[in-house]
Amino acid sequence: MNTKTVQTKTLSEWPLWEVFVRSKQGLEHKHCGSLHASDAQHALQMARDVYTRRQEGVSIWVIPSNHITASHPDDKSEFFDPASDKIYRHPTFYNIPNEVGHM
Amino acid sequence: MPHFAYVLHLADNCIILGQRNAQWCGNGPILEEDIAMANNSLDLIGQARMLYQYAAELKGGLATEDSLAYFRDAHDFKNYTLLELPHYGPLVGYAVENLDYSVTIVRNFLFSTLMVLMWEKLQHSKDTRLAAIAAKSLKEVRYHLRHAHDWLVRFGDGTHESQARAQAALNHLMPYTQEFWIQAPFETAAYNANIGIDTLDLKKDWTSLVGDTLNEANLMTPPGGGYLTSGKLGLHSEHLSYLLGEMQSIARAHPDGVW
Repeated sequence: MNTKTVQTKTLSEWPLWEVFVRSKQGLEHKHCGSLHASDAQHALQMARDVYTRRQEGVSIWVIPSNHITASHPDDKSEFFDPASDKIYRHPTFYNIPNEVGHM
Repeated sequence: MPHFAYVLHLADNCIILGQRNAQWCGNGPILEEDIAMANNSLDLIGQARMLYQYAAELKGGLATEDSLAYFRDAHDFKNYTLLELPHYGPLVGYAVENLDYSVTIVRNFLFSTLMVLMWEKLQHSKDTRLAAIAAKSLKEVRYHLRHAHDWLVRFGDGTHESQARAQAALNHLMPYTQEFWIQAPFETAAYNANIGIDTLDLKKDWTSLVGDTLNEANLMTPPGGGYLTSGKLGLHSEHLSYLLGEMQSIARAHPDGVW
């Protein structure tokens, strides 16, 4: 079997997983990419090799891509545009006291 | 200089398997495995560097990690023969598409199992430098074992094709593991000096760990016996000099090169 057949089979037979990596304790997991793998443990191990080689992470989540329900690009205008003229929703009209520090 | 020879033996094991596995770089069965195997190689080459640096100090004179890795010939290498064999079964051709990942995985599994046990013990070596190298290497090799173990179970417990390939690779490679248990003179000397270990003390644990995984993978433990190799005494298969030819050519073509 040559490499090309294997690649094609892999893509069709192995489900897609989304990979989330937490870079430091206390920070949130961030989406960093996706990969094909045969099951969850397999995906986790591959994610370790592909996405944390340069000390990017202290924790990894993998989630089947088909479990993610995403908004549709065509819905952009009704989903997001109505917020664009409502600047009063941004907490920018008062000063944060110095004692609070970074918020 | 049994101490030097012992450290060199450990270093040679790491660099030869590191170089061998690096052959998958760009040819991996899938992108993620390509990267995983390159990681594996870089870990092994990193371990080899620490060991060569130490060996060079033990040897003294003009020896450096580079002179030990790049300017010795096949008969001076003390690695297990198992580690220099190509990624093929016994009678398969040499083309890239004939590379067989099950041979890679089985070898990594057999060797990583040994090294997990060996580094665990060497952490307590009287030689504190070697003990420190062991502690660092242990973490890496534990992951190598996990990686190889998982794939071996997937192969063995997978399709008819993957099972047959894994079993063939196992039958092919198992005889080479006999070399693990025969003490070379430098190993005996290092053991007597409380620097090294007697690998025979690891055999029971190794056999049971390997057996457990093979059971889990629905693979048969091949019967013992077969030709006993002596790579660590410098008697190698024909494959090592080709591997070294590739590995050493640049350093030898540009002996004072720095990059």
